[in-house]
Amino acid sequence: MAKPMEKITWQELEAGSVVTEIGNARVYETGSWRSERPVVEASQCIKCGVCWLFCPDSCIVKAADGHFEADLTYCKGCGICAKECPVGCITMIAEEE
Amino acid sequence: MDKFSVFSSRLVEKSENFTSGHRACQGCAEALAVRHVMKALGRDTIVAMSTGCMEIISSPLPLTSWRVPWIHNAFENSAAVISGCESGIKAMMRKGKIPAKKINFVAMGGDGATADIGMGALSGALERGHNMVYVCYDNEAYMNTGIQRSSSTPYGASTTTSPAGKMSIGQRTQKKNMAQIAVAHNIPYVATACSSFPFDLMEKVKRAAETPGAAYVHVLSVCPTGWRIPTQDAIKYGRLAVDSCVFPLYEVIDGKYKLSYKPYKKLALTEYLKGQGRFRHLTDKEIELIQQRVDKDYERILRLSKEEE
Repeated sequence: MAKPMEKITWQELEAGSVVTEIGNARVYETGSWRSERPVVEASQCIKCGVCWLFCPDSCIVKAADGHFEADLTYCKGCGICAKECPVGCITMIAEEE
Repeated sequence: MDKFSVFSSRLVEKSENFTSGHRACQGCAEALAVRHVMKALGRDTIVAMSTGCMEIISSPLPLTSWRVPWIHNAFENSAAVISGCESGIKAMMRKGKIPAKKINFVAMGGDGATADIGMGALSGALERGHNMVYVCYDNEAYMNTGIQRSSSTPYGASTTTSPAGKMSIGQRTQKKNMAQIAVAHNIPYVATACSSFPFDLMEKVKRAAETPGAAYVHVLSVCPTGWRIPTQDAIKYGRLAVDSCVFPLYEVIDGKYKLSYKPYKKLALTEYLKGQGRFRHLTDKEIELIQQRVDKDYERILRLSKEEE
């Protein structure tokens, strides 16, 4: 998006409230909702991709060496990845100030 | 079957047509179901979506999570809108105004939009036999507006408009069986799926999109907020619902039933009910009643799917 979302006025919206830019919700960073963050123990990761498949926010990304980690910009900290990981290499750690 | 089957996460389609940045609650299995459905359908898709959780969270005005053409409709008419899209594009292709290619026409709605409010438009679209797919995300109440009961809410569930208390056991009516209503329209493809079984879900959606004529897919989507469960258990409860046969996974292809998944060991209903805040007031007697009903429904599906073999 050319402008930050809160700076857009109603006059600038398209007629009929049509959104012409695809997938622009990515500017909204849902990571700020989080109270716990997933931490991956990369040495234990078997690179199966189950966490990636079950993430409702599609925030799991593949790191350079092939293991998976959470993109904390979008991670809401639901804990599904930690629960579903078959080897249990993901732990949820409380976010601190 | 062999055409689509993928049984490894790493072989699943990588592109995301439903992007991050949507505002679903933490651990929303419905958003996960939408993500899987969009992975299965790909970019050549037009989506019409009824009002409901998924519409609200994915399209707050200047933003959209969708990477495909998407239109928001009122609660009742997503099936009617997609019928119009399908007919319009078919006519434009016939007249040579746009190049002919395969486009998936998909209407989506929650259980309120499907089983309660949009029932008439859906029934009409299925009856006319448009080449479309209707996907119902069933989270068993109007979760978006604050957990009001819908006709899809199961017996005994406590919601804000059917609260459990001294004089009430929560919802007093049985869950409307939407998949069976779709089967009764004699459409070529009906399936039930759950986002805890993603390979099965994606396969069914692909098959529904390839089927000429109307197809209906009913997806059980666990809602941690409304079912009052911890957010990390969203996938687990979907699995329990299927393993305890509360929500059997099956498809009906041209009237022929086929069970997609038979639990290795059928779990007791209490496994599924315990831990869910919306069922915590139920007594053993009521659970027994629900168990009988579940067994009866499951036996019926087993009988129907065996008869055909």
